[in-house]
Amino acid sequence: MGEKEGEERIGVFVCRCGVNIGGVVDCDDVARYAATLPGVVCTSVNKFTCSDSGQADIQEHIRRYNLNRVVVAACTPKTHEPTFRVCCEEAGLNQYLLEFVNIRDQCSWMHIWDAEGATKKAKDLVRMGVYRAKLLEPLEESEVAVNPNVVVIGAGVAGMQAAMDLGDMGFHVYLVEKEPSIGGRMARFDKVFPTNDCSICILGPKMVEVARNENIEIMSYSEVVEVAGFVGNFEVTIEHKPRYIDMDKCNGCAQCAEKCPVEVPYDFNEGFGTRGAAYVPFPQAVPLRAVIDLENCLRSEGKECKACIKACDRDAIDFSQMKRYSKVKAGVIIVAPGSVTYDPEQRNDYGYGIYDNVITTMEFERLLNAAGPTEGHVIRPSDCKEPMRLGFINCVGSRDVKTNVHCSGGVCCMFNMKNAILLKEKRPEISCYLFYMDIRAPFRGYEEFYTRAREIGIRFIRGLPSEVIELENGNLVIRVEDTLKGEVRNIEVDLVVLGTGIVPHKDIEKISKMLKIPRAADGLLMEAHPKLGPVDTVLGGVFVAGSVSGPKDIPFAVAQGSGAASRAARLLVVGKTKIEGITAASDESCIGCGLCVDVCPYGAITLDEKENRVMIVEAICKGCGTCAATCPVGAMEQRHFKNKQVEAQVKNLFAFT
Amino acid sequence: MEFEPKIVVFCCNWCSYAGADLAGVSRYQYPPGVRIVRVMCSGRVDPVFIFDAFENGADGVIVTGCHPGDCHYVSGNLKAEQRVGNTRKALEYLGLGAERLRLEWISASEGMKFAEVMQEFTEKIKELGPSPLKSRFK
Repeated sequence: MGEKEGEERIGVFVCRCGVNIGGVVDCDDVARYAATLPGVVCTSVNKFTCSDSGQADIQEHIRRYNLNRVVVAACTPKTHEPTFRVCCEEAGLNQYLLEFVNIRDQCSWMHIWDAEGATKKAKDLVRMGVYRAKLLEPLEESEVAVNPNVVVIGAGVAGMQAAMDLGDMGFHVYLVEKEPSIGGRMARFDKVFPTNDCSICILGPKMVEVARNENIEIMSYSEVVEVAGFVGNFEVTIEHKPRYIDMDKCNGCAQCAEKCPVEVPYDFNEGFGTRGAAYVPFPQAVPLRAVIDLENCLRSEGKECKACIKACDRDAIDFSQMKRYSKVKAGVIIVAPGSVTYDPEQRNDYGYGIYDNVITTMEFERLLNAAGPTEGHVIRPSDCKEPMRLGFINCVGSRDVKTNVHCSGGVCCMFNMKNAILLKEKRPEISCYLFYMDIRAPFRGYEEFYTRAREIGIRFIRGLPSEVIELENGNLVIRVEDTLKGEVRNIEVDLVVLGTGIVPHKDIEKISKMLKIPRAADGLLMEAHPKLGPVDTVLGGVFVAGSVSGPKDIPFAVAQGSGAASRAARLLVVGKTKIEGITAASDESCIGCGLCVDVCPYGAITLDEKENRVMIVEAICKGCGTCAATCPVGAMEQRHFKNKQVEAQVKNLFAFT
Repeated sequence: MEFEPKIVVFCCNWCSYAGADLAGVSRYQYPPGVRIVRVMCSGRVDPVFIFDAFENGADGVIVTGCHPGDCHYVSGNLKAEQRVGNTRKALEYLGLGAERLRLEWISASEGMKFAEVMQEFTEKIKELGPSPLKSRFK
């Protein structure tokens, strides 16, 4: 081991990660090998390097051996690099002098059955890390101010909660909702499990509270269309769709809606009943204002209808409104646009879309709702008769290799079960069958709810129906293998209700691309860490809440709304944040060719024609390094990923294999 | 001894590196001849790094990045695509063969795809045999 003054003094810390690494890789052998590498002055093997004692061990070694480079061979930098960076800083070592080598996720877990191969690979990876570490340079992080405004995308229950929490803390919140009213899905529910309390009765006051909060600016019927900037300094472009209503004059009396001659399926009632082209979204809407859907208005067909204008005694109808855009500045963004339920029409699951009497549980919810199209009387669509036998089928469009393999996390088990309970409690003489593969009832009161369902006489049949056949009278026969009885059954019912799974919103792709948040296998947005960063994203200053990052029931969505608000508040309260030091830098060997100017996606590089060299605006540079790869003379570099630093790794790739 | 191909994978920090991690977390196995070099963006991969890898014993190189449209840095992956295309031509011209260099889009949720690509590429390189550069440098 070399000990000369002024040279690199590297310490290598190999982590066993319990048995995660140690069970496959011979960590002691890796450490012994590391000790033979140039510049390495000490090595240490820990059971858990990230633990308090493991970190203390690193700090102790930094002091005792006067280390000026640290190599940690452990898990993944994606989760643990920040931990060890802080550990180094605390011991007086610049955090960028840490090199992180992944010998778990990409070695021991990868080659479980090949201990020898994994150990050899671990040695290679450590060697690559040591050679790179020798060339690392200290970097300073720049500090930026955090704008105290917040943009919340989506005003469902999660977004509302986040907005309220931050508004109450005194931060200005732009609550952007695509629909004409806030409230989201929860506003459409009749009752909510497992307590069966009236959904709008608990949500309505919350919606009013949001509107009253002086720090919340509701932007309904609006969408975020562009996001520029970075943590603390986002510039968000919002598109405001024309409502054709003067918001100051309208009082939501719905006179215009009554007089509107147009009839279109009422979306709020899942297509049951109709609404006019001029309409008030629903009685508890916030803001309680009318909206005119010009697409369905007679005026869009060139007809001179003035029914709404005549009906409005406040002169609030204004057809001259145009789509407009506004730009707001915000320090953080909370993304809570929710998700949708699977549409069984696309595959005509169980005859949905063909047979009148096959409906979704969301449609059934509206039928049950006292404020719904039938004022709470359940009827079947084909003949408006009250159904006496119902079949509820779970897992339609979820846990299915043909549509969506993911489970909706128990939400639709509970949802469909709740609807069956509501009906059965109202009319005990009605027969309810519930077809399921497994019942997932995981949280407080849920299992009791399931027990209650069985006690009141809902018949649970374990088996996924193979088909539903329509009879001439509109009745339906559900064909199913009852896997508990071990027999095939044909059960005749009057109405079939499909428990549809939770799937991504059609806008999710747009949102994911606009914000650069990756999507998980289920198509929903991906959180920074599934366990420890459930509302963070990989982007600084951008948080997720609610079912946009996985199926969630109401308490879970509310908790996430509050969680995202508190994570966001960390930045807002402090008012400043640090930006990574990994940016581009060019030196005097620049020949002013300007190739890097063209490839920079952010316009952070400009060509100074007088000096014949390029200039970098570091505050705009995000540190991708594309410019460095483009530079034909090696004048442009990416800090922390300099050519020589990456090459040092590449040149030391293979020694043992 | 059976030929065990040496593969170098350049992974972008945001999608592919996380995809490689997910392969590990999910325990999808692939051959230990694979070495990952992390860069912030696939757009950072200088063709020089690729040549360096071949010079230093690689039998195959894969550059991986976010799917088009998903790049954390807007368009770095598209720059990578152009460069890899050009570098493949150069490799063909040099006699190494274009098929020893590949570009793959692997997202943070595609752990299985990561493992499959590594398996499949390793098999492909086994068929091609060791890099012809190796005998020159030894």
